[in-house]
Amino acid sequence: MKKLRLAVQLIFTILTNGYMYGFLQGKIYRGNLKYACVPGLNCYSCPGAIASCPIGALQALLNRDGYHIPFGALGFLFLFGSLLGRLVCGWLCPFGLVQDLLHKIPVFRKRKRLPFHHVLKYGKYVVLAGLVCIGSLFLFGGFVKVPAFCKFLCPSGTLFGALPLLTANESLRSQAGSLFFWKIGILLFILILSVKVYRPFCQYLCPLGAIYGWFNRFSLVQIEWAGERCVSCKACEKACPVSLSVREISRSPECIRCGRCVQACPEKCLHFSKKR
Amino acid sequence: MRFWKSNKWIWGMLAGILFLAAGAGGDHFTLIWKKAVMICMECIGIG
Repeated sequence: MKKLRLAVQLIFTILTNGYMYGFLQGKIYRGNLKYACVPGLNCYSCPGAIASCPIGALQALLNRDGYHIPFGALGFLFLFGSLLGRLVCGWLCPFGLVQDLLHKIPVFRKRKRLPFHHVLKYGKYVVLAGLVCIGSLFLFGGFVKVPAFCKFLCPSGTLFGALPLLTANESLRSQAGSLFFWKIGILLFILILSVKVYRPFCQYLCPLGAIYGWFNRFSLVQIEWAGERCVSCKACEKACPVSLSVREISRSPECIRCGRCVQACPEKCLHFSKKR
Repeated sequence: MRFWKSNKWIWGMLAGILFLAAGAGGDHFTLIWKKAVMICMECIGIG
């Protein structure tokens, strides 16, 4: 299961960021695929990105004059969310893959959660409401609306967009100022923290995870628990990278459906299934 | 009735399809495309 998930993550990241010419020239893809959104957090300013970021699209629609419901972006989010829930985070998100790989580095004593997790886990809802929605609608930009999450926080944009573009494009490099260094600081903080704590950005800050987490309870793809066969050995809870109990697995908004519990269960009472 | 109650994901998916249709009617995808084919200065920490 671990190898399968890693393979899916790698293949999906390469497929959705496969515009190699962009990396070489410091330019971005301008084709028709960018009418659509990918399911994971994947900056559309990544030189390789062949489709749009759902959070970027949501903010672009909120940034318009007046107040409109951003149906175009919500449509993608509802579609991916109701089918997959946070399986997107565990299997299809490029920034999740980066954090997974960093967490494998054998330095530091590993932690599943940060202290005050029960409070900090609501950070992603604050980011969603404060930066993605309210920030993009009213604040921070004065009279000009800005995509506040992308501008002030998104580490995926810095890693997949800013660094390759600024490396290959001299004129962009010359414009980098304090905002760029602020974002580099956030990226470094999250990347270093990822070595010690499992997916800190996904657990505490990602607005996309906050949205897909809401769908976990009723999405098509679920992890089913056959309670009658369970011997309460707690192997699944020990294996869960975000420390969920067996009853919380799959339905909790924190579950990213990585499948480690499925693999760990000696009685095979946990398995991926479609909602019945 | 029980089928629709226990398969809420279908409602979510139908809502998604409806939202996509509404988005297409409101020309949302052109706006998304226009944003996505220009380098987003905010995203890369310049704008």
